[in-house]
Amino acid sequence: MSNLALAVRDSSTMLRRNLLHARRYPSLTLNLLLTPVMLLLLFVYIFGDVMSAGLGDGAGGRSAYIAYIVPGLLLMTIGSTTIGTAVSVSMDMNEGIIARFRTMAIHRGSVLVGHVIGSVLQSVASVILVGAVGVAIGFRSTDATALEWLAAFGLLVLFALALTWIAVGMGLISPNAEAASNNALPLILLPLLSSAFVPVDGMPGWFRPVAEYQPFTPAIETLRGLLLGTEIGHNGWLAVAWCVGLAVLGYFWATAKFQQDPKR
Amino acid sequence: MTGLAIAANGLRKSYGDKAVLDGIDLAVPEGTIFSLLGPNGAGKTTVVKILSTLVTADAGELRVGGHDLAADPQAVRATIGVTGQFSAVDGLITGEENMLLMADLHHLSKREGRRVSAELLERFDLAEAASKPASTYSGGMKRRLDIAMTLVGGPRIIFLDEPTTGLDPRSRHTMWQIIRELVTGGVTVFLTTQYLEEADELAHRIAVLHDGTIAAEGTADELKRIVPGGHVRLRFTDPAAYRKAASALREVTRDDDALTLRIPGDGSQRELRAVLDALDSAGVEADELTVHTPDLDDVFFALTGGAAVPAQPKEAVR
Repeated sequence: MSNLALAVRDSSTMLRRNLLHARRYPSLTLNLLLTPVMLLLLFVYIFGDVMSAGLGDGAGGRSAYIAYIVPGLLLMTIGSTTIGTAVSVSMDMNEGIIARFRTMAIHRGSVLVGHVIGSVLQSVASVILVGAVGVAIGFRSTDATALEWLAAFGLLVLFALALTWIAVGMGLISPNAEAASNNALPLILLPLLSSAFVPVDGMPGWFRPVAEYQPFTPAIETLRGLLLGTEIGHNGWLAVAWCVGLAVLGYFWATAKFQQDPKR
Repeated sequence: MTGLAIAANGLRKSYGDKAVLDGIDLAVPEGTIFSLLGPNGAGKTTVVKILSTLVTADAGELRVGGHDLAADPQAVRATIGVTGQFSAVDGLITGEENMLLMADLHHLSKREGRRVSAELLERFDLAEAASKPASTYSGGMKRRLDIAMTLVGGPRIIFLDEPTTGLDPRSRHTMWQIIRELVTGGVTVFLTTQYLEEADELAHRIAVLHDGTIAAEGTADELKRIVPGGHVRLRFTDPAAYRKAASALREVTRDDDALTLRIPGDGSQRELRAVLDALDSAGVEADELTVHTPDLDDVFFALTGGAAVPAQPKEAVR
């Protein structure tokens, strides 16, 4: 069997294993979904009227704020799901079965690839669920063409892929599940410090660089532009560059960590 | 390389400053059971991890199944099966799913995978529990599933790292039976254990690992001969009988406080008869007679105790 065929076959076997885990033990994934859904409801129904005042373009009210916040929360959902990835990777690495995989004539990377694809699929499913909640409380895309929908979907998948590879690396350097969820905390804290909830212009000057120079803000602005027709500007390229950069970095980091001799 | 399933020359491995394996030579002929015996922390698991490609050695010429371990680990992996000390089953999925996972990773067809997995589950008495999550299995069942998974690909060389540690006596005997059956099929088994009894039961050859080196190697009988720990122990309650017996028997070690006598020997029928005859002719009767055969403790005291170790195993009679 050629190397590529071996990689594809073993990776799909590993993917099946990970999906089986996710299907049989959905509680971790569902728990992680609670955070973005609760934040969505909290910000819309409790803070919505006040927050909308900060949007700058006058009194759009609650519905304007729903439109503003949903793209950010969709990306936050991905950040939240990938915490689950870090946790399940670190838990998996402590299982004896990983040692077994390492002594088998299978494609080396397939264990990680299985985790990554499984996690991206879970991210997409989570985004669809949170998106459905958004639509249910009144989110509507204005004038997005089919191409823009496709681009939005592509961005979400690419973003999920990037964060997942980073999360896999975080899982691999964590000795246990607790450490993994701590190490992966930035993935859910970063969106809080981005333009997800309030525009960067409304933040204090010293803080703006933190919000601007991080992956979530350009991705959120791009998604907003695609779904709501706002100005995308250079954010589109920035978002893609962040995603590709993080994915490549995460890939090399995670595979290097996985290739090392196990500690125990 | 002909006939050697595993060959190691000058195997070395250190973790930090600590040399875990300090130049080990091993030669395991095909189709035999080789047992690496040693206490906890002797480095047994490290040897298995290195030979099964899990960990890389610092130095040494290593060949497994005729393939060079450093140059072609993937070819080695294709010929071996490993059951580690800690259960290598996926606890989140069922026993059957674990087996089918292995079948997929060995690239068996769907039908072949189902056939092999059903057959092995049956053989290892797991058919009934096949649809339960592996995390709910008992220790013995997990080990059996573990070995069944190892066998899916039909490996020619099998590494078993302490396969019976923590098992109850019945499960232990089942495991021994399984290991014996493997070898009748021409498979080579590399077994680590901390029980001399187990090595004695199963292994064609035994190597004793101590402090990162091979302290002794040979068949079970050869090893026992270098161990001076075997003796017959007589206990008395009557001090007069005790004194009488002590003078009637030559070569005894006296313990006057406990009124016990130790007569060195391997506990053979002839030796026992000599002891009993001596007691009879002295007209005394021991309250308790026990035969103590060498165990792992004795092996280690003998092999690592310094002065008491005879240089030539053949002359080791005390």
